[in-house]
Amino acid sequence: MDLTFSEKDLEFKAEVQYFIKENYPADIKEKQDNRLPLEKEEIVRWQKILANQGWFAINWPKEYGGTDWTPTQKYIFQNELAAANTPIQIPFGVNMCGPVIYSFGTKQQKEDYLPGIINSDVWWCQGYSEPGSGSDLASLTTKAEKKGDSYIVNGAKTWTTLAQHADWIFCLVRTESTAIKQEGISFMLIDMKSSGIEIKPIITIDGSHEVNMVYFDNVEVPSSNLVGEEGQGWNIAKFLLMHERTGIAGLASLKRELRRIKDIAASTPIGEECLMDDASFKLKVNQAEIELLATEYTELRTLSAISVGGAPGPESSILKIKGTELQQTLSELSIEMLAYYSHPFFSEQELGSNDSIGPTHASSAMPHYLNFRKVTIYGGSNEIQRNVIAKAILGL
Amino acid sequence: MDFSLNGDQTLIQGQLESFIQKDYDWETRQKICSSDLGFSKEHWKTFADLGWLGLCISEESGGFGGSAIETMIIMEQFGKALVLEPFLETIILSGNIIDMAASKELKENVLSQVIEGNCQLATAFVEPQSRFNLSDVNTTALLKDNNYNLNGFKSVVMNGPAADFFIVVARTSGAQFDKEGLSLFIVDSKSKGISLRNYSTVDGRRASELNMENVQIQSSNLIGEEGKGLKVLCKAIDNATLAICAEAVGAMEVLYKDTVEYTKTRKQFGQPIGKFQVLQHRMVDMFMEYEQSKSLMYMVAMKLAEEAKDGEKAVASLKYQVGKASKFIGQQAVQLHGGMGVTDELNIGHYFKRLTVINTIFGNYDYQLKRYSEL
Repeated sequence: MDLTFSEKDLEFKAEVQYFIKENYPADIKEKQDNRLPLEKEEIVRWQKILANQGWFAINWPKEYGGTDWTPTQKYIFQNELAAANTPIQIPFGVNMCGPVIYSFGTKQQKEDYLPGIINSDVWWCQGYSEPGSGSDLASLTTKAEKKGDSYIVNGAKTWTTLAQHADWIFCLVRTESTAIKQEGISFMLIDMKSSGIEIKPIITIDGSHEVNMVYFDNVEVPSSNLVGEEGQGWNIAKFLLMHERTGIAGLASLKRELRRIKDIAASTPIGEECLMDDASFKLKVNQAEIELLATEYTELRTLSAISVGGAPGPESSILKIKGTELQQTLSELSIEMLAYYSHPFFSEQELGSNDSIGPTHASSAMPHYLNFRKVTIYGGSNEIQRNVIAKAILGL
Repeated sequence: MDFSLNGDQTLIQGQLESFIQKDYDWETRQKICSSDLGFSKEHWKTFADLGWLGLCISEESGGFGGSAIETMIIMEQFGKALVLEPFLETIILSGNIIDMAASKELKENVLSQVIEGNCQLATAFVEPQSRFNLSDVNTTALLKDNNYNLNGFKSVVMNGPAADFFIVVARTSGAQFDKEGLSLFIVDSKSKGISLRNYSTVDGRRASELNMENVQIQSSNLIGEEGKGLKVLCKAIDNATLAICAEAVGAMEVLYKDTVEYTKTRKQFGQPIGKFQVLQHRMVDMFMEYEQSKSLMYMVAMKLAEEAKDGEKAVASLKYQVGKASKFIGQQAVQLHGGMGVTDELNIGHYFKRLTVINTIFGNYDYQLKRYSEL
């Protein structure tokens, strides 16, 4: 057992830090540090900066434009990006659709789609959930019927994140009604410019427009846009979930967030002391810190298992639950710090306008708290995650 | 021992229930919320006509002499419909202060107008640094030639944009944290030297940042004795805390019931999700937290109505319980509604936001637990 990084790893860490210092655009950094929403252009610009360095699709095999980094290097890289508060990378192309295409796609599909993902010229969104199919995803009913050389798609997808920016959507569709519902599902790529697609915004309780309904009304999709075989969609979806789960905890950003809370609490007066010296607040911050520490070491154990050739162990299933609960706990501490100043509320558009009421960290705290209620619901709700652990790990 | 309402009280509760059913459906509420004012003047007039505005004001001050029980009845019903009209701010908090301590003249000039529905009030008791400590006050009022000169800054003044008069807590003597030396003033919102910055709060209500620069106040606008304002303020805030807890109890009832209904109809894996034991137990916990809150609400209402000695400590216990319960119920109602729970379209998220705000107002659960321990 050894907790230290190797000399080579430390050199790599310094290289990443130097890269960020030299290349992270000041305007984006300022927005990030003030927790303001980013424009599409800003997200894409940052992804392109990473891509130029060959550091965007880090999990992809080298032959498709990825890296040959060790799991430890990947961990260091993600950690440094989060520690510097760089924008999150939109996962739908690079972490989801990309791996599906290079794992299941034809040579032609790889040539057609992978470059656009690597250089962020094509924005992808995910068409999974439907109004009637949330936790029970396999019950989905969006239909794709074969007609000549095309499929005709009808149905509706919901909670589609940032569909308003998307050029393409990857969808789970039903190509056949089968006795076992999972067997009739296929994985399909659809151009968002196709006729018959309509996007309807869903405004969430934080006032933001992040998710959408996407309607398909007789949308014609070329057969060549099917990835894998007809009926293979569910297996592909399960493959994707494995990719998604380890990435979702975002522990490095939680560490940064905890540090930020401590800094603010240290400069927030409460009577003649500061909030960080307030017994009950301090207790809660430290509880969160210990929980975070435990989760971090659970993540490191997973990483270490992978790096000696093992598959992600049971620990990885814990990460989504613990990581998201921590995200929510910290967002709660953020509003508690502000007391009454967590109440003034501004729309997404007003947030950037130097008009915040109270301390500068005030205006984004409540929207974050409200927005983060989603994290225990999406990506397989935490109830579903516990079912998975009960079944797959505890054998219940 | 009797937990039932008397005849008059039952009548009032019935009136409120029918108002909410007839005039305060969700769509109407959302329309009112997005209007400039943020509440309905017509509804306010109705409240006046039905006698609700004077219900919790003493008879000596021109009201109907209702007690904390009546306050509880009204606010619990308001909580069920997330009523936006500033009953808490104008009547329970500010009206109460005037009722308890103001001169006969002020009562006649201001309070009678309030009861008739012609006048809005807001109490300015929070400062940027003060958090929940009511005696942490930097705003000063210095007496000179029969006038007080008011200077200072008040934050998140609830109902500030609509207020015709502010009740301002200011220091007439002493240092920032002293419990002595605080005085209460009625200040016309149109006075020279007052500037407001108005905004919406996350629960869809309205508030203001209130800046006062050399505002001249006649000494007749002092409420009660100079330097003895804190006691009056604390008592009014205890009453208002019961009121806001009753509102929360009403809101929690809607949340747990709506969640139960939703899980009976939402089907996944071939059955209503309410059939899953893990969700059943969650909803049982929501239900129990609601019942526990309601129990303490009754206890406090009765204690305040009979002016019990341990009323203050009772209020702290209630606000602690309600803060904890409303966080749990609010968060779980959203969680069990899944994606729908985080949409602006559904009422669930709005109840959750109001409960989140209520936890802060007059002190969150940490503060109340500390206060309870110290009392």
